[in-house]
Amino acid sequence: MKRPSAARILAIARKEFFHLRRDRLTGGMVAGIPIVMTLLFGYAINNDVRHLNTAVVDEANTSTTRALIRDAAASQVVRYTKQATNVHELEQMIAAAKISTGLYIPADFEERLAQGRKPYAQLLVDDSDPTILSAARGLTALPVPTASAGKRQQTSLEVRPLYNPERRSAVFIVPGLCGVILTLTMVLFTSIAIVRERERGNLELLITTPVQSLELMIGKIIPYILIGYVQISLIVLLGLILFDVPLRGSWSDFYASAGVFVLSILTLGLLISTAAATQFQAFQMTFMTFLPQLLLSGFMFPFEGMPQAAQYLAEIFPLTHFLRIVRGVVLRDASLSMMAADIWPLFAFFAVGMAVATLRFRKRLD
Amino acid sequence: METFAIETRELTRCFGDLVAVDHVNLKIPAGSIYGFIGPNGCGKSTTIRMLCGLLLPSDGGATVLGIDVLRDPEAIKSKIGYMTQRFSLYQDLTVRENLQFLSEIHRLPRVNRRARIQAQLERFGLQDRERQLAGTLSGGQRQRLALAAVTLHEPKLLFLDEPTSAVDPESRREFWEFLFDMVDQGTTVLVTTHFMDEAERCHLIAILDRGALVAEGSPKTLMAELPATVVEVESEVVRPVRQALIALDPVIDVAQLGSRLHVLVRPEVSQPEMFLGNVLARKELQAELRTVTPNLEDVFVMATTGRARPS
Repeated sequence: MKRPSAARILAIARKEFFHLRRDRLTGGMVAGIPIVMTLLFGYAINNDVRHLNTAVVDEANTSTTRALIRDAAASQVVRYTKQATNVHELEQMIAAAKISTGLYIPADFEERLAQGRKPYAQLLVDDSDPTILSAARGLTALPVPTASAGKRQQTSLEVRPLYNPERRSAVFIVPGLCGVILTLTMVLFTSIAIVRERERGNLELLITTPVQSLELMIGKIIPYILIGYVQISLIVLLGLILFDVPLRGSWSDFYASAGVFVLSILTLGLLISTAAATQFQAFQMTFMTFLPQLLLSGFMFPFEGMPQAAQYLAEIFPLTHFLRIVRGVVLRDASLSMMAADIWPLFAFFAVGMAVATLRFRKRLD
Repeated sequence: METFAIETRELTRCFGDLVAVDHVNLKIPAGSIYGFIGPNGCGKSTTIRMLCGLLLPSDGGATVLGIDVLRDPEAIKSKIGYMTQRFSLYQDLTVRENLQFLSEIHRLPRVNRRARIQAQLERFGLQDRERQLAGTLSGGQRQRLALAAVTLHEPKLLFLDEPTSAVDPESRREFWEFLFDMVDQGTTVLVTTHFMDEAERCHLIAILDRGALVAEGSPKTLMAELPATVVEVESEVVRPVRQALIALDPVIDVAQLGSRLHVLVRPEVSQPEMFLGNVLARKELQAELRTVTPNLEDVFVMATTGRARPS
């Protein structure tokens, strides 16, 4: 095989830009998807569970129990919205979804406290929604208020958040969103790159020229590397301006890791493009690869909570590694060398993907 | 110096059970226009694609411009131009952008590029259209752009797959002028067509039928050596006359041209005019008969109905 020609690669890259300039839909998606998704995830999807509608049944009604009720409200996790007179009524209200939690303090609260007989009181929780449960669990850390300050009884562990003490979900979500949005758009754009030429009949002309497979592959992805950078800058700027998401690490580390990530997912798109026969198939395959990445990468659900097999599978996905890198760089001020364990898999994915795509693409029709 | 631009040896291509090209042997002289004539699906495009290195032969082989298509298909690609049946330039690029792109892909020297593109634009009358998107061109303009694109790198050999099927007669004539110009400069042209007037313009033609080469030669020779007599029958009652004649065993084919019939009669019949006249007289059908010189369509009909067609 002859040495690839830079002039040919640039010719293909320039041609791709011409296509993009005249394809308003794709052009709109370049800016539209990052903006819409950042706003949606930032505003609409909110995992901060606060102000759970709550009712209280206090059968003891002592100064301690009244203090406990006040403390619970001060945590902002619960908000008293309904009145109830007994436990049965609390249960009914939860079943009817009128309240999410019910605080029940038994008549023998003081006796139980004196004898150290737990539980002193109960928080009834509508755990049909797991996010409510996890939020309400936080209340178990609530100490029992006692008259003497020195004798405070700790009923649970103290939680001390390091990086997002306000527990704002935007801070958790926006860095990861960079990866999710790029995974969707980059793969979507490149997966149709070769299929489109095949469908429109251009490929028969192109493969009758001396152009080499590798030249075609590299030329095809160059414009999208730049578009990837435009998108990631948009997301980070929106995060900074609208949601006050800090970039604690360095910008150069952030852009360098984003570059490697973009390369790796672009090759995924190229792979799809060499396998799909039509643009519609390419779309289908894009979503088939996108969903597992979205679900298993650790963006939606905690990675450590997944079964072992799912974790192994997720280690293949570029998104899994980029999520770790970006959370490290953006939130924990990690340097790239600290994230090396997640950077080499991205390089490996790029190298293998590029080789397979180039070998799979035959300059023939059979 | 090579005398043949293309030589095929038992060239064969199967798609599953279908034999698309069936042991075809061709010798195409350099500097000529060679026509592939045949019905749809006869293997014209498949043959061209094998010669361009886009399809691998299932059996046999071919040498194109002295290069073996099996051994080095990529080497062929820089020396040939292939105008596909379907318009294959980028419709969302302008005329100039398309030519610019292909000139870079073919790695034309940078200093010549601009001049070469300009020359092609002028030669094919596209200089006023250079900023227009290729997708908005008319059929004739598209065809001229396609020809400008595949001749940009001055290939020695040009493959044209039904280049004129989507253009008006005026553009077709003009198109053939371009082809003759190129042949004058030493280019070899392999063209497929459905049009008999175009076939007649070729130096040599090959008639393909269901993958097999059934006739080859210059149009003139093929017409002169047609193994049949052509009788023209003119009648007021054309349809019944046709019915009567087609049923006869020595009649190969009857084609209707308005109120006339073109009847191909087997050479064994010594006096075909009298033979047909007697048949019609017996059936009391009025008609005028005269023997005419065969045309290329007769050659084509003869060649493609000569073999038994599975029903």
